[in-house]
Amino acid sequence: MSSPALTDATFLEALRYHLPVLQVVLPLLAAPVCLLIRHTQLVRVFALTSALLTFGVSAAIFALVYGGSEIRYALGGWEAPLGIELGIDSLNAPVLALISLVATVTLYFGPGGLGAQIKTKREYLLYSAYLLILGGLLGIVITADLFNVFVFLEISSLASYVLVGLGRGRRALMAAYSYLVVGTVGGTFVLLGVGLVYQLTGSLNFAEVAAQLPALLELRTARVALAFFVVGLSIKLAVFPLHQWLPNAYTYAPPVVSAFMAATSTKVAFYLMVRVIFDLFGADFTFGTLGLDRVLLPLAVLAMFAGSVAAIYQRDVRRLLAYSSIAQVGYLTLGLSLASVAGLTGGLVHLLNHALTKGGLFLAVGCIVQRLGSSRVEDLAGLGRRMPLMAAAWVVGGLSLIGVPGTAGFVSKWYRVLAALERGSWTLVFLIVGSSLLAVIYVWRVVEVAYFRPAREETLEQPIRRRYRVLPRSMVIATWVLISLTVVFGLWTELTADIAATAARDLLGVAAENSADLGGTP
Amino acid sequence: MLPQWLALALALLLPVFGAAAVAWAGRGGRAVAGKHRATREACTAVASIATFLCVAWIAVEVAAGERPRLEIGEVFPGLPIAFEVEPLGLLFALVASALWPVTSMYAVGYLRAHRSRHQTRFFSFFALSIAAALGIAFSANLLTLFLFYEALTLATYPLVTHQRTGDARRAGRLYLGILMGTSIFLLLPAILATYQIAGSLDFVPGGLLQGKIEGSAAAFLFALFAFGIGKAALMPVHRWLPAAMVAPTPVSALLHAVAVVKAGVFCVLKVTIYVFGLPLLQSTQASSWIGWVATFTLLATALVALTQDDLKARLAYSTISQLSYIVLGACLATAAGVLGGAMHIAMHALGKITLFFCAGAIYVAHHKRSIASMDGLGRRMPWTYLAFFIASLSIIGLPPTGGSWSKWLLVLGTVEGERWLWGLALLLSSLLSIGYLMPVVVRGLLRPEPGQPEGEDNLAGEGTWLAPPEERAEAPVLVLAPALLTAAGTLLLFFFASDLYGLLEPLVQTVAPAAGGSP
Repeated sequence: MSSPALTDATFLEALRYHLPVLQVVLPLLAAPVCLLIRHTQLVRVFALTSALLTFGVSAAIFALVYGGSEIRYALGGWEAPLGIELGIDSLNAPVLALISLVATVTLYFGPGGLGAQIKTKREYLLYSAYLLILGGLLGIVITADLFNVFVFLEISSLASYVLVGLGRGRRALMAAYSYLVVGTVGGTFVLLGVGLVYQLTGSLNFAEVAAQLPALLELRTARVALAFFVVGLSIKLAVFPLHQWLPNAYTYAPPVVSAFMAATSTKVAFYLMVRVIFDLFGADFTFGTLGLDRVLLPLAVLAMFAGSVAAIYQRDVRRLLAYSSIAQVGYLTLGLSLASVAGLTGGLVHLLNHALTKGGLFLAVGCIVQRLGSSRVEDLAGLGRRMPLMAAAWVVGGLSLIGVPGTAGFVSKWYRVLAALERGSWTLVFLIVGSSLLAVIYVWRVVEVAYFRPAREETLEQPIRRRYRVLPRSMVIATWVLISLTVVFGLWTELTADIAATAARDLLGVAAENSADLGGTP
Repeated sequence: MLPQWLALALALLLPVFGAAAVAWAGRGGRAVAGKHRATREACTAVASIATFLCVAWIAVEVAAGERPRLEIGEVFPGLPIAFEVEPLGLLFALVASALWPVTSMYAVGYLRAHRSRHQTRFFSFFALSIAAALGIAFSANLLTLFLFYEALTLATYPLVTHQRTGDARRAGRLYLGILMGTSIFLLLPAILATYQIAGSLDFVPGGLLQGKIEGSAAAFLFALFAFGIGKAALMPVHRWLPAAMVAPTPVSALLHAVAVVKAGVFCVLKVTIYVFGLPLLQSTQASSWIGWVATFTLLATALVALTQDDLKARLAYSTISQLSYIVLGACLATAAGVLGGAMHIAMHALGKITLFFCAGAIYVAHHKRSIASMDGLGRRMPWTYLAFFIASLSIIGLPPTGGSWSKWLLVLGTVEGERWLWGLALLLSSLLSIGYLMPVVVRGLLRPEPGQPEGEDNLAGEGTWLAPPEERAEAPVLVLAPALLTAAGTLLLFFFASDLYGLLEPLVQTVAPAAGGSP
């Protein structure tokens, strides 16, 4: 695609051409502007508008790529080997849309709930950091340049350390600190991986690297590079047993932030892992030659069970959700390490579905914290009567975590089990469905408290501030947008599973003819 | 006239609308009494009767050989949410939708008599359960079936735990744990394995898996289905049923007769006929060992029922036993066995719902649950005991009640399949059912009331045998009338069984000319 001259193109065409770069630049530029505005109300409107515009851009990009085409955008007009390239295909377009959607919804949720969580005077800092994360995450996903990946990874990570630290109390600082330490180790590993790949191939461009690497895979450097990538990203992705940073970070961050991070940051790490393994190094090398699945698969299964069991014993709902996330990350890596079309589809679609589910659940918990001032399970007694909408949101979101048919979680479970069946491993099938039984336990534990135990008198009316006795409407709406999306995408999978299947086939280089009987007779 | 697809859509949606209307009419707890309560009850009545009329209309069409079909969007490539009415599903839908208005009437009377709280929630979820049951009945593929199967579990959970006590919560845990546990752990892998083998999940007359699966694999898969459908309450996944007895009696009636357990055995039959197909099961004997499990279940639970003193618990174990009759019919994989099983869905539904109605009536009028304390009660509530007696005959399988035909067919099926031991077990279990049902009637009618000397007015003479009218204490009309209605229904089914048989016959016509004497 050659760059059309602005003079003879209409404005809309130019806009359309430059959409990829807008996707990243918009939030990145909006972030410092927040610092300049400072005025709380104005910043809120400004941040929300920029997020909305970003979502508009990603939706437009999604529409452009939807037919199966790819976009390659040379930054500043410098073509690939020299310049930086942005590339969009069926794999990252939905991820972009997901990130900006969740960002918009959580920002809409935000103002209502933030006041109770951080000092209003410092709110502009939060929005600034928030937009930086958004820009960083979008940058990681959209770029086709390895070093860019590292830069954006650090931008988003640094901003998330700040946001976690903004939570109430000293424990938030501690959580932010350990997140910082572990996250930096992860980031450094990725950087080492990038460096080694550059040393090998002399290029940072995805396409270039992918073209050159296959010939160099015999070298030990390539293996070491892959190892650095996998371990570094595993830290970012919170793959068991590298998950220790996650529960605290999610629990003590402000609810808006935990919702956003839970929905996006691990997902981006997963995207990157898929990109590195399948696009750069190739599935044959990673799984065939190196046998990485023999490491990742047991870890995934362990995560599914350890995370769920830990979730069952949590006393705080947010911690419960955090441990559930670790289990769900297990599902992601499971899909990846099965390395089949069905498995990868399951992993990728779970990326989308779980992001919506967990985001919605964290927002619901945010509402609950707002109103009750606590997220301990026993303080949720009587929730069914006092906050029927939020209790119902928990039930629906929880059903999606379990994977009950009609919810998004079921769709991903479907592909997951299919992939295990294709592999012919009934053990794996029963491990997968067995772990979702554990989800029944941790979800229903809260449901029972919410609906069966009468509210305790002393917690009955104890909002953090008087003005939050009634939940702001924006919080309720934002929560239910995500929660209802989990039901929509449980029944209508054209935008989720179909796209994920396309992406999986592209990554594995399988022809599209097999699409009709995905999982059919082998 | 009404287009077929619209009738189908209405039958599925009306209960949902009904639930919404009920919730709206009783919002904010204002329907405790008076005008709003009347509105709410009217919503249930209108929705339930309209639903029944829709299903009846579909029944006319299906009897004429039509197969109404409705398809809503694809969830997975080639796997839509789709509905199609065939005779077996129609039968289940007829049972559920016909018993809904009756059970609602009973529930109104029962809950009012108990001044039960949260009636709005009760009637809402009741309507939703019916919607889910109809969804199961009409589903055209295993995916749709699974969707509504889980929906039914979830919609009935608030009903089972209606009392909100610690007992109710524990029972709810067991209910949800076992039903969801089995469905997620066994049924879902079974469905997915079917999909992987057959490349489709549609219900195909003659069997989806026909010619695509080996004997031992088929046996494994059949077992996954049989235990995965926990609602069919095969041992050892039957524990949820007695536990769920803490629920109010109308809920037990719903669970046992209208929706839940019938949904379970319906699914087993549906899988047997349309997924495996009778020829496959006959040639591979894949269902044989599940048949032994069913045989064991129907004998063991009948024995357990003998030991229960709580009337509802006794009826619950009796239900488990009777369900295994139907599973056994499916495992026989012969024409008579399958037809007998299918007919037993209707026969047992009417009989067992009457028994539960009566148990509830006794509880409403006298607050008695223990059978030992019911001596002489029948003389004070003769109508209730009459209904109980008729329904007991149907459960035992004696004429002139509907239950006799289905049991006849089932025994015939064992002969056809040369399963002599299974046939013997069926007969033995019928004897046992006399043992656990008749004492209730006998104690109620023939024993003196506690405190009165034995033998004084026993069968002394006419007029004195029943309590004098001023001492009679029947339950309120709204509680008693449904019991009498359904008891009359079991009698009617005896005479109209041939119509039912005719309706169901296409089920086995792909196999062989239906053997056995048509009633």
